[in-house]
Amino acid sequence: MTKLSLFLGCIVPNRYPGIEKATKLCFQRLGVDVSDLPGASCCPAPGIFKSFDKATWLALASRNIVLSERLGRDILTVCNGCYGSLADANMELKRDPEMRASTNNCLKGIGMEFKGTIEVRHIIEFLYKEFGPERLKDYIARPLDLKVALHYGCHMIKPSKVRNLGETECPIFFDELVEATGAKSLDYTDKMMCCGAGGGVRSGNVAVSLEMLEHKLACIRRAGVDCIVNACPFCHLQFDRGQLAVNERFGTDYSIPVLHYSQLLGLALGFSPDELGIEQNAVQNIEFLAKVYEISAGLR
Amino acid sequence: MSEKLVDMLKTAGFDVLSCMQCGTCTGSCPSGRHTGFNTRRVLRDARKNKAEVLSDDDLWLCTTCYTCQERCPRGIPITDAILELRRLAVREGFILPEHRKVSEMVMECGHAVPLDEETKKKREELGLEPIPETVQKYPEALEELKTLLKCCKFDQLVAEK
Ligand code: SF4
Ligand code: SF4
Repeated sequence: MTKLSLFLGCIVPNRYPGIEKATKLCFQRLGVDVSDLPGASCCPAPGIFKSFDKATWLALASRNIVLSERLGRDILTVCNGCYGSLADANMELKRDPEMRASTNNCLKGIGMEFKGTIEVRHIIEFLYKEFGPERLKDYIARPLDLKVALHYGCHMIKPSKVRNLGETECPIFFDELVEATGAKSLDYTDKMMCCGAGGGVRSGNVAVSLEMLEHKLACIRRAGVDCIVNACPFCHLQFDRGQLAVNERFGTDYSIPVLHYSQLLGLALGFSPDELGIEQNAVQNIEFLAKVYEISAGLR
Repeated sequence: MSEKLVDMLKTAGFDVLSCMQCGTCTGSCPSGRHTGFNTRRVLRDARKNKAEVLSDDDLWLCTTCYTCQERCPRGIPITDAILELRRLAVREGFILPEHRKVSEMVMECGHAVPLDEETKKKREELGLEPIPETVQKYPEALEELKTLLKCCKFDQLVAEK
């Protein structure tokens, strides 16, 4: 199977290291060869860099890609934003000779060259295509008795023309991966709506960003779930830390636990909540923690 | 701004003239639900070459969720066109102070969100190295990054004008 390098980005190593740990544990258990990617930087953040200047976006993204080209490994991203930024840059540089030439001209200054020899993968897309829900079930040690509100996020599946992961109004492949763990993915209003963080809105217009988030949280609470599951640390941060900010701003009392898919899968593979960093979230929901510890101890 | 907005968009590969003003984009917009941001109007104003499109802070209310782009019956790459408008706005010096800060952070340390003490502790609790295997650990990698940013004149682009 494909050899991968783990691209961390910013939020995973610097805010939610549990996702880094969970990803490494899961892929080890699944027998996939994943290495570090030493020296990698910000992807760079599409909301800012792609909004500011194309040449800079391509230069920074291509440096990250070349680091992995040198290792002869495809890049594994665990973030919709990193995936969008790196996969788009990789694609544009592969197909547009002019852009590639000008980017390489810049890379020459640091002794690098973009060759176009690798692919950029997203953890969900990778697990779905290389394993699929049925094969994944063979690895499940602790089936999860959990009700989940799944949040796909935007840039894993859109723009669909280049992502090629099927239609975007009502996709099911990620739900299938969630249900492979034994969890139940519940439907909820505006499931496919954005979390409100992207495009520089969380950094530039936090009030608007939190209003969008509050709407999502209200819909999710009505569905009556144990937790939210995402595949993007920026959505994760928005749902987790943003939830406390929403409570402060709107006087609400949301306390919905948030898991990255790597953490959900990690639990089902038999790792314990503390190995996966689940307790390190901003939202502290004791009832949920008790439940996942029981599951992990085989008590339910 | 001498050149027409609509022409600049066209050069970048975005033909907004085929828009029939149906409003599907506006109706799909999560940001527009909570603000006065109106996707259809952005496109219309760009077509009319209104300079305010670039100076209006509303341009930065788009989360780039791509819902409008997926749903547009005319197949206009709306979100990508908004990104192009933003790049034109930045060249005119329209940058939100918060976004300037994020870009300065990347110029300084290679990350939009830098490591902090609290996370170092969390990393150690998990049995991970306190400093991750990123540009933060390798000064020569940070130098490479700074060379690239200089090559692209990014500092001049985001400097206050
Ligand atoms: S959805 Fe497309 S055609 Fe309709 S108003 Fe928006 S851009 Fe124009
Ligand atoms: S991409 Fe931007 S303009 Fe289009 S629907 Fe999403 S937030 Fe609105």
